Amino acid sequence: MMNYATEAAVVVEELVVDRGRTRAVDHVSFVARAGEVTGLLGPSGCGKTSLMRALVGVQVVASGSVTVQGLPAGHRELRDRIGYVTQAPSVYEDLTVDENLRFFAQVLGVGDGQVDEVRQAVDLTERGGSRVAELSGGQRSRVSLAVALLGSPSLLVLDEPTVGLDPVLRQELWGLFHRLAADGAAVLVSSHVMDEAERCDRLLLMREGKLIADDTPGGLLGSTGSADVESAFLTLVGAPAGGAR
Amino acid sequence: MSLRITLAVTRRVLTQLRHDHRTLALLLVLPCLVLGLLRWMYDEQQAVFDTLAPALLALIPFIVMFLVTSVTTLRERSSGTLERLLAMPTGKLDLLLGYALAFGLVAAVQSALAVALCVWPLGMRVDGSVALLVVVAVVDAVCGTAFGLFVSAFARTEFQAVQFMPAVVFPQLLLCGLFLDRDRLPDVLSAVSDVLPLSYAVDAMDAVVAGADGAGEVAGELGVVLGFVALLLALGAATLRRRTP
Repeated sequence: MMNYATEAAVVVEELVVDRGRTRAVDHVSFVARAGEVTGLLGPSGCGKTSLMRALVGVQVVASGSVTVQGLPAGHRELRDRIGYVTQAPSVYEDLTVDENLRFFAQVLGVGDGQVDEVRQAVDLTERGGSRVAELSGGQRSRVSLAVALLGSPSLLVLDEPTVGLDPVLRQELWGLFHRLAADGAAVLVSSHVMDEAERCDRLLLMREGKLIADDTPGGLLGSTGSADVESAFLTLVGAPAGGAR
Repeated sequence: MSLRITLAVTRRVLTQLRHDHRTLALLLVLPCLVLGLLRWMYDEQQAVFDTLAPALLALIPFIVMFLVTSVTTLRERSSGTLERLLAMPTGKLDLLLGYALAFGLVAAVQSALAVALCVWPLGMRVDGSVALLVVVAVVDAVCGTAFGLFVSAFARTEFQAVQFMPAVVFPQLLLCGLFLDRDRLPDVLSAVSDVLPLSYAVDAMDAVVAGADGAGEVAGELGVVLGFVALLLALGAATLRRRTP
């Protein structure tokens, strides 16, 4: 019997994704567990988005396998169990926040009661009646996040959900991710900001399509003898930490 | 297939339209203005108006719904909401039928207004059933919607989508019998006009004006147009991919 908290929610084996002529994801394998916030970090263009799309099952993959809760990624039964936030907010700009939330709630078959709940979770309580087009970039991405929270998904795949948000809000959202994980969800969050790494239970570092580290933040700093994740990244890619001196 | 999701899509599309007052006004008022202009042109020749107006009652909903649908669907593709919906339990047909139903309803209002204007203030002579004119117009509008859904798969931008209008509409406009009776066209063109849906829509309108009272009398023509709707929706469904490269 596996402990629920260490149950593998996502198992990726030798995943290869090609986008056009470039290899976006190059033989990546890892496991993400329920109850943990797994951070996927790396510079822009390193393959984070392609990897996340593969987990959700909307990416054509070249080879390898992605298993989510024991089923192949994209399986029909997984479609109401995964919350997915793309980098660009995927909501209707010409609708209000609540109209967006109610629509997606209907698609997922969850009651309107959840609309208030998720709106509150992303701190948009006051903006329910505002059109998305009138909101700031950060608020729009929170509407998109709220949609992903509908239906209490057991896997959350969040592509750069904290970009452009003010530090207070960023901290609140990380608190939310940890609460969702504590409730038993597997949460996978990508970021290109290395200082967000310390907020994760587990870290995956990516560069040029390859996974270059899979460890806890503490373990990563220990094994590379670095003071922060940014220096650890530099050590791992063989560049002199701290720049040329 | 899920009725819940289909109706959610319909409701959402109608809500979007309701917010867009200018588009709504154009949808409802413009056909009436064009028909009014035509009547004014043939101020002294009511008989000419009587032969041209039925064809326009078939053409206008087709063209308008083609444009509205192709642009709306394209926006759905490029904003990421399509990907989000397809990662959820949305069936492809839920989406397509949801759109067809929403625009079919708009077309019903649009056509009812245009037909009422033609028949009463403008004095168009109708020997058959006036209600049947609206039915033919709605079937025709749904055909335009189905074309729009299909064509939007081949456009990358809204600019390109609009450019498909002449390609899809003009040949049908020229060959549908508005300018020259279809049986007087050169053999090859006559044969081509036999496989274009607008030809049958215009034939059905003409038949109603000439005295058709029941749907049974134009069942053949309506059947062909509805056959095109089914074919285009099936092709449209084939262009919606859950997994993209």
